Amino acid sequence: MSLVLEVNKKQKGKDSWEEPFYLNMGPQHPSTHGVLRLFLELEGETIVNCDPIIGYLHRGIEKLAENLNYNQTIVLSDRLDYISSAANNVAFALAFEKLLRLEVPRRAKLIRTIVSEMARICSHLLWLATHALDIGAMTVFLYCFRDREWLLNIYERICGARLTHSYVRVGGVRRDFEPEVIEELYRFVEEFPKRITDYETLIDTNRIWLKRTKNIAVVSTEEAFNLGLTGPCLRGSGVSYDVRKFRPYDAYSEVEFEVPIGQNGDTYDRYRVRMIELRQSNWIIKQCLDRLSETEGEAVLAENSPDLLMPEKVREVSAQPHPKLGVMFKPKEKEIVPVGEAFASIESPKGELSVYVVSDGSSRPWRLRIRTPSFVHISAISHMTKGHMIADLVAIIGTLDIVLGDSDR
Amino acid sequence: MGVEKSTIEIAPGVRQVPGAPVVVTTIDKVVNWARAGSLWPLTFGLACCAIEMMATGASHYDLDRYGIIFRATPRQADLLIVAGTVTKKMAPIVRRVYDQMPEPKYVIAMGSCACSGGIFKTYAVAQGVDQFLPVDIYLPGCPPRPEALIYALLQLQEKIKKETKRWGYWR
Repeated sequence: MSLVLEVNKKQKGKDSWEEPFYLNMGPQHPSTHGVLRLFLELEGETIVNCDPIIGYLHRGIEKLAENLNYNQTIVLSDRLDYISSAANNVAFALAFEKLLRLEVPRRAKLIRTIVSEMARICSHLLWLATHALDIGAMTVFLYCFRDREWLLNIYERICGARLTHSYVRVGGVRRDFEPEVIEELYRFVEEFPKRITDYETLIDTNRIWLKRTKNIAVVSTEEAFNLGLTGPCLRGSGVSYDVRKFRPYDAYSEVEFEVPIGQNGDTYDRYRVRMIELRQSNWIIKQCLDRLSETEGEAVLAENSPDLLMPEKVREVSAQPHPKLGVMFKPKEKEIVPVGEAFASIESPKGELSVYVVSDGSSRPWRLRIRTPSFVHISAISHMTKGHMIADLVAIIGTLDIVLGDSDR
Repeated sequence: MGVEKSTIEIAPGVRQVPGAPVVVTTIDKVVNWARAGSLWPLTFGLACCAIEMMATGASHYDLDRYGIIFRATPRQADLLIVAGTVTKKMAPIVRRVYDQMPEPKYVIAMGSCACSGGIFKTYAVAQGVDQFLPVDIYLPGCPPRPEALIYALLQLQEKIKKETKRWGYWR
């Protein structure tokens, strides 16, 4: 990793220029993918130390969730990782269903799997677009957005929103697929593999792309574990870990798919892993669509799922009568959630997204803790950039696939 | 008075001398036409709305056809699209970016968060970008569709076309 640094030290000897050069990058920088600020310590063009500073998009989602009821909290989850909202919705819903001990109908499970895989394709397409744009390929950006619009149109048909869906509900999904949606999705899964080939033709063996990504930010298997990387970043380092395989949720246990892994753990391998994941997601959607016809006409929302409205209030007699006004009634919310705690984790497009919820019996979560992949990945930047050139920094930020809304919450 | 007699109106506010390649109009008209036709927004994504802003600039909606080209530096931009939640930590930076832009400059508050704080009524979020920036166009939505952003930009162009004397020394 720090080969360049060692060479520099040898060349310079002891009488080198001791004073480091400090540079601030961000938060207003087009390739920091949001409002990430990096404080760089440089020696020439080589990065000696890189200190990520976050919190510029801290919106207090965890605190805000404590004042909303469970179904309203799902709306907040859209704004976490806003590129793949459906996956976040699923994570929240899974945790709440564990808490409520709800059984989700099979059709809803299949639909959830479809929308979260669509979210994965959306997220990876956006990642590819911006990553390639940072490195210098403009055409890939335009191609990816063209295909992403197709998926967003399907989303719009499903639930009426392009980006922030809130389609998944506690206990199922909001409404069933229309037949046109299924037809359109079939058209998509037929066409999309050809589009992936298009992107690969553009950059897979492109000399500039190879120079900018091969042997950049190499993370060994052990380092990847120590840094806490998950998702494609971990799989790029040769670890076959996928929550969809290890702790299957929704309908992942009944579909077949492969978990791609990389060899060297460099930026190029992580790129390859994500490209294969695009194909696998496409395949999963196809399998789920085939299974949807078996469950035609089933309900998509569990019968005992909590109401979207605020729970009804019961009049409760106050413990002691008021000295002047006599017996008082105070409205109290009906308890709909058992006391306890629940934990759910899913394989979001960026890594492992975990939700931990504690309930005190009221209709609102007492505490909601979200473990987001981007937060962990940002902490890895300082390790991964050591000894690299400044120009590689945007490639490293891109390859980690971070979203600041996800990290800062 | 003489101008109106000897010229013909070919467009609102633009008059041509018959038989000659000469048009007569006001400097306001020319300056506003140039400004409205080449709005260069700053590539400044804050949160979710930035994704829709990117989608608007990309292949499907293609903002280039309106002469709207994203610039990566505030020194070359004349429109700030505040796309997303502005937190209290981020607000001074947004303000500094605005201050770095050359005149004339315009601001679009894109999304509910930038308009009023949206659903994030918390300790960390600035409740509306108009607390520290002069906003020209408010664009609600969470996030607004690309069509909505295009409409906001067109409305801003209309607004610019109605400006008077925002040029020269006395602007």
